[in-house]
Amino acid sequence: MEKRATFSNLWLAAAFIAPQILLVFIFFYWPSGEALYWAVTLEPPFGGSNEWVGFLNFETVFTDPKYWGSVRVSLIFAAAATVISLAIAALLALFVDRRLPGHQVYRFSFFLPYALAAPAVGLAFRFIFSPDAGFVSAINRVFPDLWNPALDGWDALALIVFAQSWKMVGYNFIFFLAALQSIPRTMIEAGAMDGAGVLRRMRDIQLPLIAPTLFFLMVINITDSFVDSFGIVDITTHGGPARATDLMVYKIYFDGFEGKDYSLAAAQSIVLMLLVMALTFVQFRFIERRIHYR
Amino acid sequence: MKRLTLLASAVAALAIASGAQAQERIKFEFWYGLTGDLGEVVQKHCQLFNESQDKYEAVCTGQGGYDKAEQNTIAAYRAKQHPTVVQIYDAGTVNFLLSGAIYPAAKFDKDYGLNIDWKAYFPGIANYYATSTGEMWSFPYNSSSAVFYWNKDAWAKIGKSEAPKTWAEFGEDLKALKAAGVECGFAFDFDTWQNMEQFSATNNLPIATLDNGYGGLGAELVVNKTAFVDHMKDYKAWLDAGYAKIQTSQVGKTITQAFADGTCASTTMSIANHGTVKNTQVAGLNWGVAMFPVIDASKRTNSLVGGASLWVMGGKSKEEYEAAAAFLKYVTAPDTGEKYIAENTGYIPVTTKGFELLKQSGFYADPKYAGREVAIESLTASEVGPLSRGIRLGNFTSIRSEIRSELEAAFTGQKDMQAAIDAAVDRSNQILRRYEQTYKGAALP
Repeated sequence: MEKRATFSNLWLAAAFIAPQILLVFIFFYWPSGEALYWAVTLEPPFGGSNEWVGFLNFETVFTDPKYWGSVRVSLIFAAAATVISLAIAALLALFVDRRLPGHQVYRFSFFLPYALAAPAVGLAFRFIFSPDAGFVSAINRVFPDLWNPALDGWDALALIVFAQSWKMVGYNFIFFLAALQSIPRTMIEAGAMDGAGVLRRMRDIQLPLIAPTLFFLMVINITDSFVDSFGIVDITTHGGPARATDLMVYKIYFDGFEGKDYSLAAAQSIVLMLLVMALTFVQFRFIERRIHYR
Repeated sequence: MKRLTLLASAVAALAIASGAQAQERIKFEFWYGLTGDLGEVVQKHCQLFNESQDKYEAVCTGQGGYDKAEQNTIAAYRAKQHPTVVQIYDAGTVNFLLSGAIYPAAKFDKDYGLNIDWKAYFPGIANYYATSTGEMWSFPYNSSSAVFYWNKDAWAKIGKSEAPKTWAEFGEDLKALKAAGVECGFAFDFDTWQNMEQFSATNNLPIATLDNGYGGLGAELVVNKTAFVDHMKDYKAWLDAGYAKIQTSQVGKTITQAFADGTCASTTMSIANHGTVKNTQVAGLNWGVAMFPVIDASKRTNSLVGGASLWVMGGKSKEEYEAAAAFLKYVTAPDTGEKYIAENTGYIPVTTKGFELLKQSGFYADPKYAGREVAIESLTASEVGPLSRGIRLGNFTSIRSEIRSELEAAFTGQKDMQAAIDAAVDRSNQILRRYEQTYKGAALP
């Protein structure tokens, strides 16, 4: 009884698919292919005589202890930023969903951070958290040297985690809110009539029902923190101090665009691409199983 | 019939339009890396050139930073959309020398009759941009050197009216300043330009083998075996003793800001910041600039030139090159070029002619600019030797970054100074070997 719309005219079908295929090819396969080509050659900045070197670039990447440091920092960054931004966004959404006075204003203002470009977020955070001149300097006056992202690697990492989480909260919030609002009111009212309090209803009714959204956002957030965090790092810490915030994507930018070592950067991009793909695969394979779509 | 008239008038309109085109100025593109106030000065320079004649037009585009100017030029070159003239910073010099994408300045001068007097350039500047055979491949435009900025009132507190001549004397001064109640005697950051490169040049210490890389792509870094290590240990000791402070934009204030607002009594930075300090200083700050302290005052060698130069790119039309030639002639001339740059920025004149012209016009007597001649003095402090000529190392941007990262590790106490610099040298040498392999078969011109 399976119903399927099929095209008897293959050419027509191909014509419909062609634009999409073309887009995917131009914007994904072609650049990826180019990166792969650069990753197995040594490419001089101005082009010209590139030489086949096999896996040399990958060897250089993998034998570099600083690269593994960068992988470690990226993983910590992704995990911390994802957890923080999801938790805060879920909390905000749960409360806005309760339609407390002024919820329209909150709904609007919570989304705003996402509209800012990463470098702008970075700049704002740099000013706010600068140990001598920012708002945080007040804390340093009471507890000297408590906060100094310029010298303390963990402070610097915390700074970029805050910036990334703050930026993603708005985005996550909108999705959570939409998911919460699609839960039938009757279900929550039934819970209330059975005597469940606000927190109980959140824990046992609302959160399980928005699990698919949570899963989707987790994938998006992890991917975003791996590939889109470059702007924040570039403005706030430049990967320092002593490489404490040298995220993989920032290292790619630095080696490629500042150092003009296109081949080394290409090899690292391939590694990053595979890593993000693997992470996404793991999430779909092992976490999605536990999610029940309605 | 009506259609025919329409067609005829269209053709006529087209003819007029193309006729107008022929009378239009010949355009060429110039990309520059300077930003902010300095970027506006370059833009104004273009405007002045365009107003000075009616044959050519320079279309000048800021690229948002020196590094971006180089990146964008490379990307544009690969897409065959590159500009005719581009401003490239010192660290990009090697890439451009080896690129095969440029029109060497000396040859361009000959082919398009610029009549540049190459001998008039200060030797420190000419040598930096010259090939191994002494031919200059780019036109020095905005040049600087590093100097010592000091707060005269702070030094007066310890009974001194002159800047320290040696690093040892400076160390004593810092101790005395602290005792006299100066909270921060010295502001420094992790920029290798003044801390490693200028330090090594003024003390005639090698940075790399093969004459700092001028002798070929096989050079290796040696800064872990020179007095640079002790110099950094001194910095660390000063930091630990509370004499000195680290000032970067991450801390909240750069060294320039910390000096200009009187927080720190001295710093080492580019003469190009002279104007910035003048414009942003707190009222009554009594300061001056002096040549870098050195290890042995009787053996001072010249400091290095910094800043950027103008490169002519290959593969353009004869008309564009003629326009570019007129532009380069205008912006490098002593009066319309050097004097304009010196008056509007903190950069220094690059030729003896330009320097004489400025001196005659009373430029250095003006309290606003007084002191800037120190940079020239520093740049010409000695004959240019193989170690004070400059640095010609591949991927120097990454090398600077390696050293910076390791210095950060050492200054935050994660590592011993010697171990940190050893590690930086080791990693830098790997970068150099990769660069050598990327340009296998190529030789530095």
